[in-house]
Amino acid sequence: MEFLSPSTVEEALEAKHAHPDGVPIMGGTDVMVELNFDKRRPPALIDLSRVAELSEWGPDDGRIRLGAGVSYTRIVEGLGAGAPALAKAARTVASPQIRNRGTVGGNLGGASPAGDTHPALLATDAVVELASVRGRRKVPAREFYLSLRETACRSDELITAVLLPEPTGPQQFAKIGTRNAMVIAVTSFSLALDRERRAVGTGLGAAAPTPVRAETAEEFLAEEFDWEGGSSPSEAVVRRFGDLVASAARPIDDQRGSAAYRKHALSVMARRALSWSVTEYRKGAA
Amino acid sequence: MRVSFEVNGEKVSADNVWPGESLLYVLRERLGLPGSKNACEQGECGSCTVYFDGETACSCMIAAGQAEGRRVGTVEGLAEGRGKGADERPLGAVQEAFVEAGAVQCGFCTPGLLVQTDDLLERTVGAGEGAPDDAQIREALAGNLCRCTGYEKIIDAVHLAAERRAGAGSGS
Repeated sequence: MEFLSPSTVEEALEAKHAHPDGVPIMGGTDVMVELNFDKRRPPALIDLSRVAELSEWGPDDGRIRLGAGVSYTRIVEGLGAGAPALAKAARTVASPQIRNRGTVGGNLGGASPAGDTHPALLATDAVVELASVRGRRKVPAREFYLSLRETACRSDELITAVLLPEPTGPQQFAKIGTRNAMVIAVTSFSLALDRERRAVGTGLGAAAPTPVRAETAEEFLAEEFDWEGGSSPSEAVVRRFGDLVASAARPIDDQRGSAAYRKHALSVMARRALSWSVTEYRKGAA
Repeated sequence: MRVSFEVNGEKVSADNVWPGESLLYVLRERLGLPGSKNACEQGECGSCTVYFDGETACSCMIAAGQAEGRRVGTVEGLAEGRGKGADERPLGAVQEAFVEAGAVQCGFCTPGLLVQTDDLLERTVGAGEGAPDDAQIREALAGNLCRCTGYEKIIDAVHLAAERRAGAGSGS
């Protein structure tokens, strides 16, 4: 097995071009588990931890450009206001040691349906930046997840950044697990209200073979919500929103939870996220 | 491959390293530093926690080659003074507090808890903040599993170490 240590994005892309079966490694929190347990023996490891650009973030044409290698710890510390849903999701990842190492790029690369950041990226309409020696391209998160652990990222491409739209309303993230730390989501949910476009975004984790949106629920709430005054939706609207979110899920029974429990939990998280958002929305409007 | 980095302030090198092996393996099996414990090998237990360029991390999840040129701090470095083995040096303040509070039973999780506690005290008392409260301690140690103690004595030990460090800092 080769170990490649590129120090620039260009070198990293050359390495991925030369070794399309090579596995990129940043925080190692997924890749090293597979190596330690002998589940994977890639021909090459491409270490991205010395590529400075990947660990940078900053404003970019009205959005935040977050390098794919920025750790969850830095997202929690720096992006609470700029990307609330993502920061809240990052806050729930594993433990301090793992948050010091794990990255959004790794979450996207592994594309586990239970990955903590996917619901927030879907709900907020984030964009994934992919790069290869052929150039860079942008793929909306909403088109990134293709099937179980399969994504739009091609074998000669690296995930270089995510572009996070400026929030124009409340953003929430909720996750169900057996304890607060070190939990793979039983199921998770993110909600974003976009005051300017009067649009609703959702994202569901561990609810289907890929992270998914609840589009019918989004359209329903966008229609029913009082965008002018932010008054509390009726009990019937809240309940219907929860039911529509649950109906977008195609969960399975596994050791973490049953499909029926996941659907129920999603409807509860959706109702709660909505009520937190309404309170916040009114504060923002006042 | 050959990997060279800094451990507890000393420059070290390891030869014939397989690129896919972990920093934990290099520390324990190639450099004779068995303080960091190998338990889960998947980041779940925190027993292999080390400082990596100043931040705590599970050394089982760092590929050996990623450590090239980096600064690593292990539990051996928490004892007072420098040197390779910790056996003959006096314990550091966090270690003393764990002994006094009875926070150690089988001891397997202890090295990781010590490093993670040292980091918590550095970021709180050491940064001019007050001593951490129960919630902060539980949050900081959430990634370190102990199957013996039930954690109560560990939390006592962290409070004890924090009080002493705060006291020492104010000159009392």
